[in-house]
Amino acid sequence: MRTARSRLLVAAVVLAAGVFATGSADGAGGPAPQAAVLAPEAPAAAADSCDPTVSLPPRKVVGTKIAKIIERDTLLVGVDQNSYNWGFRNPKTGRIEGFDLDLAHAVAKSLLGNPDKITLKTVTTAGRADALDKGDVDLIARTMTINCEHKIAFSAPYFRIAQRVVVPKSAHAKTLAEALNGKRACVAKTSASETELKRDPHGTVSVRAMENQLDCLVLMQLDEVDATLTDSELAAAQVAQDPRVEMVGEPILPGWMGVGMDQKDTDLIAWVNQVLIDWRASGGWQTSYDHWLRDTMGAPDPYLP
Amino acid sequence: MTAPAVPQARAGALAPPPAREPGPVARLRRSAATPPGRLRAAGAVLAALVLLFGAVAVWQSVHRSRAAGQVVSASGPLSQDAAEIYLRLADADATAAAGFLLAVDEPATVRGHYQDDLSTAAERLAEAAGRSGGTGDPKLTELNQQLSRYAGLVETARALDRQGLPLGGAYLRYASELMQGTVLPKAQSLAEDESARLDSDYRAAGATPWAALALGVLALAALARYQVLLFRRTNRVFNPGLLGGSLAVLAALGWLLAGTMTAGDDLARGRTYGTRPLRELDQVRIAALKAHTAENLDLVARGASDKYTKQWADLVATLDQDPRTVGSVSGLQAGAPPDAANLLTDAASAYQQWQDRHKDAAAQNSAGNYEAALQRTLTAGGPDTADAAFQDAGRKWKDAAKVEQDAFAKATAGLDGMLTGQAVAAGVLSVLGAAAALRGIGRRLAEYR
Repeated sequence: MRTARSRLLVAAVVLAAGVFATGSADGAGGPAPQAAVLAPEAPAAAADSCDPTVSLPPRKVVGTKIAKIIERDTLLVGVDQNSYNWGFRNPKTGRIEGFDLDLAHAVAKSLLGNPDKITLKTVTTAGRADALDKGDVDLIARTMTINCEHKIAFSAPYFRIAQRVVVPKSAHAKTLAEALNGKRACVAKTSASETELKRDPHGTVSVRAMENQLDCLVLMQLDEVDATLTDSELAAAQVAQDPRVEMVGEPILPGWMGVGMDQKDTDLIAWVNQVLIDWRASGGWQTSYDHWLRDTMGAPDPYLP
Repeated sequence: MTAPAVPQARAGALAPPPAREPGPVARLRRSAATPPGRLRAAGAVLAALVLLFGAVAVWQSVHRSRAAGQVVSASGPLSQDAAEIYLRLADADATAAAGFLLAVDEPATVRGHYQDDLSTAAERLAEAAGRSGGTGDPKLTELNQQLSRYAGLVETARALDRQGLPLGGAYLRYASELMQGTVLPKAQSLAEDESARLDSDYRAAGATPWAALALGVLALAALARYQVLLFRRTNRVFNPGLLGGSLAVLAALGWLLAGTMTAGDDLARGRTYGTRPLRELDQVRIAALKAHTAENLDLVARGASDKYTKQWADLVATLDQDPRTVGSVSGLQAGAPPDAANLLTDAASAYQQWQDRHKDAAAQNSAGNYEAALQRTLTAGGPDTADAAFQDAGRKWKDAAKVEQDAFAKATAGLDGMLTGQAVAAGVLSVLGAAAALRGIGRRLAEYR
């Protein structure tokens, strides 16, 4: 264990130093030695444990990725347009708004000095890793649950969540088992909920995997499915849009939401982590919560990271 | 004709007259052995041949007249109706997406356009059900049901949009999927059915009446041959009755031949200036509409999927093929009737404008300027958007389709009436011909008295 770990450490330091050195060569980078200091933590989080709350230490240092963003003068953000109050297209204005968008604007402001220097691209739940991989987006802010699949690197957590079941009130279900047993369930494709129902079907007779959790609410209203399993904040968003459905049963699979980024972009990951700290400290998190979520989710305490 | 009394003169000489005891068959055989008997038999055969010719000609003409009637008033319009149903449904879907994209800026015209599409599609469905007869195609019934379901989903989406809920967008996606995945394929198969029916009616209406023609020639040949025979035997040049009969048969045959050729001509013109260019035009309109739908849905998806950009590229590749390929925009002018050609030229330049503007918009979109891309594609009342150019091309194509439909109607007008007239003529002339032939034979028989 020890040797494996130390070998990884060496590799990480070399890699990080290389990355940051390139950043400096571009003329926009910070001092390379400093970058090396924070490197040892990264592989520890990735290789040794799967503590989703651990990310790179916060630091505002311009590396390769950030230099590229500055040169481009706009931040490419992957968002959702179907998550009510999180990232949703306001059908009255056609603009995408929500809690996640506030966060994205905060990152843009910190990187480029202007919260509106941002280019939004919607990504599907299934297409997230791909979008980062191909460089279509710099980061993804769309109610993403931090996972340990190592396909995507995550920021530090910015919201605490769990999985909840949504059912029509007419089902009169009280528990998770009543809501799912013998029922037709619906989940978002390649979501944590789908993984859970694959692991344990909870007695469901069928599972429909849709492009988006909101498609599940449509199917539920049209009586094509009986229940939806999704993240608690999205479950709350469904309830907020349809007074005839409710969340039932105990929350399962507690987790955290994080900003998704490419593993190579260590400078951006560290930068975003700093933005998250500043956002909390300046009251931005609270303001956004009050504006978008308090009505449907109540006091913020259970959700604080 | 007092035939039974006549033969005694010679029959008595050939055979002793113990008459009246053999059966009718033997009597017939015996009487056929005598010259007057032979005459009578020949008369019967000739008359029967002429009447048979008449009957077959009438039957075949009626059959073709009915098929022509179908082409003119049923399968022709029906196949265009089916294409129209498809076009309207696809357009409704594209327009619903446009309304969604325009959000609060959606002008009443876009809403009106959508409603007009739906009500026209419903009307055509009702008309098609009426034309196709009492029971109706089950596809029509299903289409009707799905159409009202689709309309309900779109209304739900609009109501949710008005409340500012993204659930409206999810409903629109669901509705669009129903349209693209279920309704349109059904409408397409309906259109294919109608096309096939029209083709088969065309074939039936334009079929050459070989049996009637062959019988006519046979009857004419028999009449001629018998007249030659009589001429040799009697040295009399003309038998007016048989000659009249021959002329009647000749006239009926001529009428039949001329009618067949005219009908073939009319049908060919209906096909050349109507059906065929209409079909090619429909094909282009459908592909263009699909591309337009993909264009709008791509903006709705906002980068969540590259499905629509791929769809667009495929469809446009078909539309942009060289003029010789069926389904290309530039190929439409070549096969079109002259009146439609100008409209089609204008439509082709509007189409080009649409393509250019779409390219601009797509460039903006991939540069991350979604708002600019949206505006270039679709602005409420914007005259220089991609959507405006598409609508322009669409209107001209529609006008050209009207011209081609008229050309079809003009070419085939009265075709069924003409074929009915031909049936009546063949019937009357063949009866006259048979009567004349019998009369001619009767004259000859009278000479044995």
